[in-house]
Amino acid sequence: MRLQYPSNVKVVRVPCTGKVDLIHLLRSFEKGADGVYVLGCMEGECRFETGNLRARKRVTQAQKILDSIGIGGERVQMYNLSSSEGPRFAEFATEMTQKIREMGPNPIKIALKKKAA
Amino acid sequence: MIVAKQKPIEEIIETVDPYNRILVVGCNECVTVCEAGGKKEVAVLAASLRMYFMNQGRDIQIDEVTLERQCDREYLEEIRNRMDQYDAVISLACGVGVQFMAETYMRTPVLPGVDTCFLGVTEERGVWTERCQGCGQCILASTGGICPVSRCAKRLFNGPCGGSTKGHCEINKDLVCGWQLIIDRLTELGRLDDYEKIAPIKDWSTERAGGPRKVVREDVI
Amino acid sequence: MSLKTPSRLEKILASGQLAVTSECGPPRGSDPEAITRKAEMIRNHVDAINITDNQTSVTRLCSLAACIHLKLMGIEPTLQMVVRDRNRIALQSDILGAASFDIHNILCLSGDHQQFGDCPQGQNVFDIDSMQLIQTVRHMRDEGKFLGGDEITRPPQMFVGAAANPFADPFEIRVPRLAKKVAAGVEFIQTQCIYNLDKFELWMKQARDRGLHEKVYILAGVTPFKTVGMAKYMKNRVPGMDVPDEVVKRMAGVPKEKQPEEGLNICVETIQRLKECEGVRGFHIMAIEWEEKVPEIVERSGLYPRPRD
Repeated sequence: MRLQYPSNVKVVRVPCTGKVDLIHLLRSFEKGADGVYVLGCMEGECRFETGNLRARKRVTQAQKILDSIGIGGERVQMYNLSSSEGPRFAEFATEMTQKIREMGPNPIKIALKKKAA
Repeated sequence: MIVAKQKPIEEIIETVDPYNRILVVGCNECVTVCEAGGKKEVAVLAASLRMYFMNQGRDIQIDEVTLERQCDREYLEEIRNRMDQYDAVISLACGVGVQFMAETYMRTPVLPGVDTCFLGVTEERGVWTERCQGCGQCILASTGGICPVSRCAKRLFNGPCGGSTKGHCEINKDLVCGWQLIIDRLTELGRLDDYEKIAPIKDWSTERAGGPRKVVREDVI
Repeated sequence: MSLKTPSRLEKILASGQLAVTSECGPPRGSDPEAITRKAEMIRNHVDAINITDNQTSVTRLCSLAACIHLKLMGIEPTLQMVVRDRNRIALQSDILGAASFDIHNILCLSGDHQQFGDCPQGQNVFDIDSMQLIQTVRHMRDEGKFLGGDEITRPPQMFVGAAANPFADPFEIRVPRLAKKVAAGVEFIQTQCIYNLDKFELWMKQARDRGLHEKVYILAGVTPFKTVGMAKYMKNRVPGMDVPDEVVKRMAGVPKEKQPEEGLNICVETIQRLKECEGVRGFHIMAIEWEEKVPEIVERSGLYPRPRD
């Protein structure tokens, strides 16, 4: 559709969000990502039936962990949309970027930069 | 299997705080099945701890390994030549594994990462319930395969008590009454007459009460 | 039936008269006055007084000590003993302690789980269960031996009782359970308090069909409601209690000031009806925190005066 969405969003494609495991979410933050969001199909429309439901549970687990270690659970989110909803894709990207900008950079990113210096 | 659950991360952080080089060791058996201490849980815990300490400005080394079991010496030996790299180990094995690890590596602090809960079954994914208390003298043949020691809150041998309500225990309406289960099973097996046999007083000397236990197979040693 | 013990309760039951027992809960402190005062109020209207044993797992002055206080007042006590808190050594030991003061009645119970009380984090014991405790007391009395096999010098002479709950689940095994207790050696039974008379009479019929009413003395438990609130609480919050809607309605149907009177009426009517029930050999009146009404209940039920020795 060639809609605009913020260029800071890096897309990682998976065959189903059910493939996204908790460790993938955490590793992203460990490597310095400021925010991670999972975009899955509408609930009830997963072609593998429960893949997106598992993803949601894992996102919730990640939120809890990130809160308990002081990184901020809000940095990881899950959104649902159907593949035809191009405008919503852009909308979520913008919303998430906004949220992360407000939260500031991931403290891990800062620590990693400091270490490299 | 032995059912355990992860300790809250805040508690683990507190015990691990004095150390800088840590090895997180998982176990591939029971704690993997109850999703508390297997390879996946090791990875998640290690990543979380690394991020926590990085955020605190501390440069901590946290490595990961998962052994087949931690209750057999041959598997614990697999990490012998790397142990000097660490000043503490977090073991996600059950209490048995944590202790055996500590006995095997006496000069390295071994810290528990899970709370060991009971011997039980997977009712469904995410739900585990107790079945056995290890009393050392199994009477399941006479109770239709249901154990009054582990499934009755009062471990009555001639139950149920007067508090059994609609098949549930007086202490928790979501807890099924062990004796209701026994009666139902005996009925299904056509053995309800067995109910009136008075069960004799239990010999608890083979249970925890008799002291730490040991099994020896003379024919195998 | 020749008497097995010096128990006054046994004597009255064996003579064919209806027996009346009641109970007192010890205080949450060390002043025996709470017990002695209540016991004094009812002493001439009952044949024996039960002392509860850390009822609902709330820590109180122990049953044994309270029974001794009663004995020193010349009142016949019934020692309630739960297996929740003591192992077989302590149970046998306390039985001997009671016997050393010539306490002749014991009620063998499981005990409410400690979760209900003031120490939910405590351990529980359940070394032996209530059925096995019945067997133990009989063994100590009749064989004169400890569980371990050694001889007892001056064995306890205890009249052995237990509780029965016709209203707990599952109903189908409630009479088999009674039969089991009889086989274990129980000599008298006190039931849970009765509001559902139809169900109780059904239970009694099943017990009679098996001849159990001739092997054990059954005392029907009654408790007067003080308020409709109490009726509702017991209906909804107490495990193993059966309070039919009609009874609650009856309490709710009178104004607040009249409710205590209505509660007593229901209690007396229950006793009157059960006097006609074959196999009921007496009544156990549990007037919790309302002990002063026991004399009235006994008198209005036509059970006064009590037999004198």
